[in-house]
Amino acid sequence: MGASSEAVRRGGAGPGDEPAGALPHRRYAMTVDTRQCVGCKACVLACKAENDVPDGFCRDWIVEEIRGEFPVLSAEIRSERCNHCTDAPCVKNCPTGASHVNEGGVVLVTHHKCSGCKACIAACPYDARFVHPEGYVDKCTFCLHRVQKGLSPACVGVCPTGTLTFGDASDPESSVAQLLRERRSKVNHPESGAGPNVHFLV
Amino acid sequence: MATSRREFIQIGGAGLGAAALGSGLTTKWWGLDPDVVHDPGTDGDQVIPTFCELCFWKCGVLAHVKDGKVTKLVGNPEHPLSRGKLCPRGTGGTGLLYDPDRLKKPLLRRTGKRGAQDFEEVSWEKALDFTAEKLLKIKKVCGSDKVALFSHGFGGSFFKHLLFAYGSANVTAPSYGQCRGPREVGFNLTYGASLGSPEVLDIAHSRCLTLIGSHLGENMHNTQVQDFAQMIAKGGQLVVVDPRFSTAAGKARYWLPIRPGTDLALLLAWTHVILNEGLYDRDYVEKNATGLEELRAHVADKTPEWAFTETTIAPSTIVETARFIAGSRPASLIHPGRHVTWYGDDVQRSRAIAILNALLGSWGRRGGIFVPTQMSVPKYPVPDYSEKAKAAQDHPDGVIYPFAEEVLSHGVCDATVPGRITGKGCPIKGWIVYGSNLLQALPQRKNVEEAIQKLDLLVTIDVLPAEIVGYADVVLPEATYLERWDDISPVPWSEPYLAIRQQVVPPMYESKPGWWIAKELAKRLDLGQYFPWESGEQLVTERLKAGGHDVERLRTKGVIKGTPVPVRTDEGLELTFATPSKKIELYSKRMADAGLPPLPPYTRHEQPVDGQFRLLFGRTPTHTFGRTTNNRFLSEVYSENEVWLNAKAAKEQGLANGEVVTLVNQDGVRSQPVKLKVTQRIRPDCVFVVHGYGHTNPGLKFAKGRGMDDQTLVTRIAIDPVAGTTGMSVNFVTIEKTAGTAATDRPLSPGGAAASRAEA
Repeated sequence: MGASSEAVRRGGAGPGDEPAGALPHRRYAMTVDTRQCVGCKACVLACKAENDVPDGFCRDWIVEEIRGEFPVLSAEIRSERCNHCTDAPCVKNCPTGASHVNEGGVVLVTHHKCSGCKACIAACPYDARFVHPEGYVDKCTFCLHRVQKGLSPACVGVCPTGTLTFGDASDPESSVAQLLRERRSKVNHPESGAGPNVHFLV
Repeated sequence: MATSRREFIQIGGAGLGAAALGSGLTTKWWGLDPDVVHDPGTDGDQVIPTFCELCFWKCGVLAHVKDGKVTKLVGNPEHPLSRGKLCPRGTGGTGLLYDPDRLKKPLLRRTGKRGAQDFEEVSWEKALDFTAEKLLKIKKVCGSDKVALFSHGFGGSFFKHLLFAYGSANVTAPSYGQCRGPREVGFNLTYGASLGSPEVLDIAHSRCLTLIGSHLGENMHNTQVQDFAQMIAKGGQLVVVDPRFSTAAGKARYWLPIRPGTDLALLLAWTHVILNEGLYDRDYVEKNATGLEELRAHVADKTPEWAFTETTIAPSTIVETARFIAGSRPASLIHPGRHVTWYGDDVQRSRAIAILNALLGSWGRRGGIFVPTQMSVPKYPVPDYSEKAKAAQDHPDGVIYPFAEEVLSHGVCDATVPGRITGKGCPIKGWIVYGSNLLQALPQRKNVEEAIQKLDLLVTIDVLPAEIVGYADVVLPEATYLERWDDISPVPWSEPYLAIRQQVVPPMYESKPGWWIAKELAKRLDLGQYFPWESGEQLVTERLKAGGHDVERLRTKGVIKGTPVPVRTDEGLELTFATPSKKIELYSKRMADAGLPPLPPYTRHEQPVDGQFRLLFGRTPTHTFGRTTNNRFLSEVYSENEVWLNAKAAKEQGLANGEVVTLVNQDGVRSQPVKLKVTQRIRPDCVFVVHGYGHTNPGLKFAKGRGMDDQTLVTRIAIDPVAGTTGMSVNFVTIEKTAGTAATDRPLSPGGAAASRAEA
């Protein structure tokens, strides 16, 4: 473990350099610290650049919720994306098998298997999917292509406020697991029963 | 053979027929072939370090280059200002590099009035010859001090050098007189040092940060926002003074929605409470400051009750926040702000902030203001300037601003209009404008336009056709920061370092790097000896070698670091102050000697009448005012400004959210049509817009017509008697419903919503 688990704990790196078999059942998850997020959208743009997301689309986005009336107000800012649900409705509803669960529980779409039928879009409680102009359904991948190389997802890497932490929630020593133990957190639409894996620290 | 989805549909339509059936469907039946982790392939074949120029903070970036194209920009982990992270703008450098609206060839105005947009494309030779000929003529007929340079951006150094060599001291930037000038003057008078850019603030270790009209998080200076978030993560607390419920206000322990124009009353009342209750750092003040008794007497009657009538902040809140702020000292920082040209007594307000920081003992302390260090690089050997530059021509009316530290852009503009100069003297005849869109940066547009029409020469060096470019006689298209070498310049910071600006990809079109443009002009002005380098690369390399620095490391890693020195007292720094008394001057004898109030007086500023709103402007995280608003990539998340109006006020005005309105200022000047954002997040006596919209140059094909330009409405200014800087938050507007529509935002999917979704 050593240095590599330290890297995961810091939320920086993925599993690329871990000894094989050390963590057989990874559960990738993300925490979003709403206290730190300023809603600058660096995550949105870094994702677009990294993943060559076409104009007019995004895989992650910012929600600003303001409550109250002047001058008694409160604000919550959230960086949101696909929740890579443990019991993903999109996967269950995909008629072609394009939407699937990949390494670490990451929900992906295999482009060439996708017919663009949008069943997954209808099933997703989070409005996280869109039809790519090339015809397949697209969404956040937790940057698994980077994680497999030991890098953090692009949004986590760029975030100037350290709002985003990515890692293996099944590893109690990961920073994600620690944050989930130590901080109060919530998920969006818990009533969906889908088991979302993006947690908002409040 | 991978079968794409599109091909599959063709198969479904019997397009490919039997061949596909044989090789595709039978072997690649869904679910049987493996799932794929798609790699978008944006990693570069080469990764070249440089530093950013989407704003002026100078963060280190790593440019990924693949097949000669910049695919993405990421933060350089070794660079002290980026620490591997970027603000949204930093990622968007590709949107500038590949902006289809870039200036591609040199342009020469054909005929007609400046601004008529009647240009012909010419060769560099012709454009440079024309420019040099005009500059030589002005020098001969009127003198070299009749040419001015307005410059904003790192690459401007070559043109500053050119102007000094030419014999003019009129080197100016709106970033001083229309932005941070009063702050620098206020802190210099108090501490003998200013704060610079990047500001030397140790926010990461602050236990309490007080923001006064400074909206960190919307103002997105990378390192500062990183530190801000770190501070919050460590439990640091925020006191936010802002008429608007800013992002920072949303995270604050105390939000004080102050009446605009009255900040100084609050600062004086805080000072009153802190002195009265003995909450200040006695040891620190005794050891390091002078003028405490004068200050005590000065604020004796500045009670919280008095301040309440000015600020609308309850006396109990003023007392409570004063105690809270003082309770966290010395790691309690009153943020000095950045854009501080508001009401014309801005130096005095900055002085009040500086004084309060002194009482908290934050200067030189952990969590306060650090004393920066920097590396040194020897100058490239060039002859001394042979022309003895005359005084800068920035006060045509003869009024001297005793503590102005830089040349005042507004004054230079005035000195260009014939008849404005008292006594004898020829107006300024030539402007060289580098990367500064004066029509959106300077107040009193009519005045600016008048000055422009009187010039003998207006040259712009720019990347995009900003409004000022449309008024030029000669347009010199510069290469973007990703396509050029710039000079090297050490940045004062908490750790000594050097960073390199090097060419990542060759210049596109016929654009040229600034060093080349300046050198070619110099040759034609018989000033070639001042530009002896063959290239920007050679200039930088020679300077680094002369300083014994590791050129190779700079080229491959982008950064080298020097030996750290203490920058705070907890690291061993001994405090010294470069003031006449060698102490922090709470009471400023220098100001008294200049006939100015030695302690910050409160001035009651005019307030809007019923139906009027004070026009406030600021930033959004994704943009650096008008410089980036044509950037299509950045505009995907913010593409037009909107006018923030209090919900109750909107109801009274009969206005609804999303409606298109026109703002009309006190002088009858009208804004472009703009969308209304009805919100709880602002006081009912002011409106707010993001600065840098409402472009009019047709060359900005994306930005033109989006949102409104606030600067057009700044017809009234309040000149600071200390620094000559222009307070601009003194304009009032009424709101009119407008028929028709404003430019529409481009929604980002998923969900058809914008990247920023709903606000309650």
